Amino acid sequence: MKAFAALFARIDQSTRTSVKVAALAGYFREAPMQDRLWTIALFSGRRPKRAVTTRQLREWAADHAGLPLWLLEESYPVVGDLAETIALILPPASGGSDHGLSHWIAYLKDLPNLPEETRKARVLAAWDRLDSTERFLFNKLITGGFRIGISQKLMTRALAEATGQDPSDLAHRLMGDWTPDTVDFETLVLAADPQADASRPYPFYLSYALDRDADTLGRPQDWTAEWKWDGIRGQLIVRNRQHFVWSRGEELMTDRFPELARAVDALPDGTVLDGELLAWENHAPMGFNALQKRIGRKTVPRSLLRDAPVIFMAYDLLEWGGEDQRGLPHATRRDRLRAALADMPDDRNLRLSPCIAFDSWDGLARVRAGARAAHAEGVMLKHRDSPYLDGRRKGDWWKWKLDPRTIDAVMIYAQSGHGRRANLFTDFTFAVWDGDDLMPFAKAYSGLTDAEFREISAWVRRNTQQRFGPVRQVTPHHVFEIAFEGIHESPRHKSGVALRFPRMARWRRDKPASEANTLDDLRRMLAACG
Amino acid sequence: MIACMARSPVLTFTEKGIYCPAGDFFIDPWRPVDRALITHGHADHARPGHRRYLATAAAAPVLRHRLGRIDLDTVGYGETRRIGQATVSFHPAGHVPGSAQIRVELGGEIWVVSGDYKTENDGFCEPFEPVACHSFITESTFGLPVFRWPRQSETAKRINGWWHTCIAEGLTPVLGAYSLGKAQRLLALLDRGIGPVLTHGAIEATNQVLRAQGLALPDTVALTPDTHLRDHPGALLLVPPAALSGSWARRFGPLSTGFASGWMQMRGVRRRRSVDRGFVMSDHADWSGLNETIREIGAENIYATHGYTEIFTRWLTESGYNARIVPTEFNGEDSESGNAA
Ligand SMILES: [Zn+2]
Ligand SMILES: [Zn+2]
Repeated sequence: MKAFAALFARIDQSTRTSVKVAALAGYFREAPMQDRLWTIALFSGRRPKRAVTTRQLREWAADHAGLPLWLLEESYPVVGDLAETIALILPPASGGSDHGLSHWIAYLKDLPNLPEETRKARVLAAWDRLDSTERFLFNKLITGGFRIGISQKLMTRALAEATGQDPSDLAHRLMGDWTPDTVDFETLVLAADPQADASRPYPFYLSYALDRDADTLGRPQDWTAEWKWDGIRGQLIVRNRQHFVWSRGEELMTDRFPELARAVDALPDGTVLDGELLAWENHAPMGFNALQKRIGRKTVPRSLLRDAPVIFMAYDLLEWGGEDQRGLPHATRRDRLRAALADMPDDRNLRLSPCIAFDSWDGLARVRAGARAAHAEGVMLKHRDSPYLDGRRKGDWWKWKLDPRTIDAVMIYAQSGHGRRANLFTDFTFAVWDGDDLMPFAKAYSGLTDAEFREISAWVRRNTQQRFGPVRQVTPHHVFEIAFEGIHESPRHKSGVALRFPRMARWRRDKPASEANTLDDLRRMLAACG
Repeated sequence: MIACMARSPVLTFTEKGIYCPAGDFFIDPWRPVDRALITHGHADHARPGHRRYLATAAAAPVLRHRLGRIDLDTVGYGETRRIGQATVSFHPAGHVPGSAQIRVELGGEIWVVSGDYKTENDGFCEPFEPVACHSFITESTFGLPVFRWPRQSETAKRINGWWHTCIAEGLTPVLGAYSLGKAQRLLALLDRGIGPVLTHGAIEATNQVLRAQGLALPDTVALTPDTHLRDHPGALLLVPPAALSGSWARRFGPLSTGFASGWMQMRGVRRRRSVDRGFVMSDHADWSGLNETIREIGAENIYATHGYTEIFTRWLTESGYNARIVPTEFNGEDSESGNAA
């Protein structure tokens, strides 16, 4: 366990993403194959079958430490983590062990078949040979919940670095319901996987918010405009007579949108569309809330399919006839897209996002003012000559949103509410990125529906990293769009800014935490509207 | 003991703090009083506004530095003073230089107020001396079995190792520590073979006070607005905790931050403070220190103050002591308050 404990310590001790990824990549290069496999499993939420109950674990630990059980129970909420509490109260170990991670997992796997007294003796024997960090990790193997500030995405990045595999290929490989007992490292990570090739998406081209007057962009005829839809950005892929739907969060969501299964009938193999998933009814989007109901669940009940049907609103063509189209000018890709979707029957649930005709920036500004009526957030501007780049690039694509006073932030702390909502988490602290760190900048406690509060509460309970009295630190994972009335400078706040009336405008399940806004974005807003 | 029963207790708990009716004085009071006996110079013990102060001679310079012109009388450790009917003496608490436990005797009944204390000899302040008594008013800042300090030498090794790594990786190590006590304790442990130690103004001010009273502190370089790191290759910056976050430290380029405190035992606190490295080092007694002290001094009445008093007194009661909680001004103290570290 020493190598794994050292890895854990390095990840845990650093607030820098680059250091964490480097440590993990180093481990993926050097650790024994089976330990690597288990590390992937643990960091992607899989864990060995529970060998002993936490009740037994508490009793045995208190007994071994010579303390009454209640004292351990009282210490637990202070520490916030049972595995850590136990590691801290146990007397020092009398020996050491050179066994690796998978040895201890196998050790635990044998326990359920043994009589309780033997099981206890084995656990105590393990504690007596592990140092404090190793003990904490050993306990974690039993209690579960290996959340240590490494997202699946970061782990995938580290694994890609260590193996030279493509990250999105790896992301796909690590999906599904494998366990280290059903697959080995070679098969899971390294062996050729034609399925991954077929489903592989292109990196999304992300736009910036327009930060200048539109008329500084040059001649209107060099630009196309279209609605900025308020849905989930996605890619629809048809290859080998199969279809795949990826969200911008690089999550494969094919099964969540059965409506799009008929894309296979509508499009030839070798087609990749970029567009927006929208809940759609009576020829118009239903709003983000309807769509949101669809995102959280892996399987979709029939009633939900009826109440919140989804379409794919296409606005770009990335692959056609198996050929990469991204180098072509936007106008050409648009023409080909229009042709590909011409005469598409409604029941294919595929639509072409229309271009907005305009001949002056003032004219477009007037159209944009009516975006709400069109169920859009504003307009998108794309230069007619622009290729489809990867990542966020400035210059050729701009989003020109109606209301600039929103920011996408990561939830980092949760606190329960009062009265009727005492059993729910309703008060949240949000952070934006400051380099590799998350900088808290606002608290908000309104804006979600009761159903959403229930859902996020259940998630908070499962994903609590630490407790501080009533406050829980949660895994930085969920992104929320925070709306506010004003922003001003505040030296009292660590972030240097304070928001007026911040509230949760929506739960951005489509966005990974890494794509939340940054402190610089906040400062820019401060400069612009403060 | 029977003789004492009829009298009022040696010490009582009032809204101004711990009070001795027989001597008409208070110990570490939090409201202005006529006569205050002060255990040590930390702000939660030594407050301004009292008419007369009494403290150890070793604590006096810091008290004067922090409280300005006060009417301060001093005693040596172990020296007795008669105040009214009571006999008082000060005994080393091992917490910070000059810190004391205060012993109060009245008609053969002995009470001891611990103030803040630490049982491990840090080689720097006067080592803790257990004082036999009938009633012991003890701090219990870390009165939970999850708090057990590694030996100081072990933590020192970790800190110096981190300093080494920082230099190798081109990062400036910035170590946070409370400016009275912890900072000077660290100064003695930091390995000058690696580089010089640059101190923040708040720490350097305390250093000067302690040096002036004859304490041997290793050399330091005071940080000023004109300090350039390039003139001090391999340097470690020693700063008060507040300077770790915020813009102060940023001007020194790429940093690695560390914090030395007992709270760093808990991963959650470490992460919430968002320092790169947490080092477990406290100027307070850990779980074993508290329990061993209570066993050793033979007191039958224990009053707990600060920290997890409820849990700690329940534990003591079950262990056969007559244990109670001292009412304090601040309840709901959080884990990052004041000097409690
Ligand atoms: Zn103190
Ligand atoms: Zn104190």
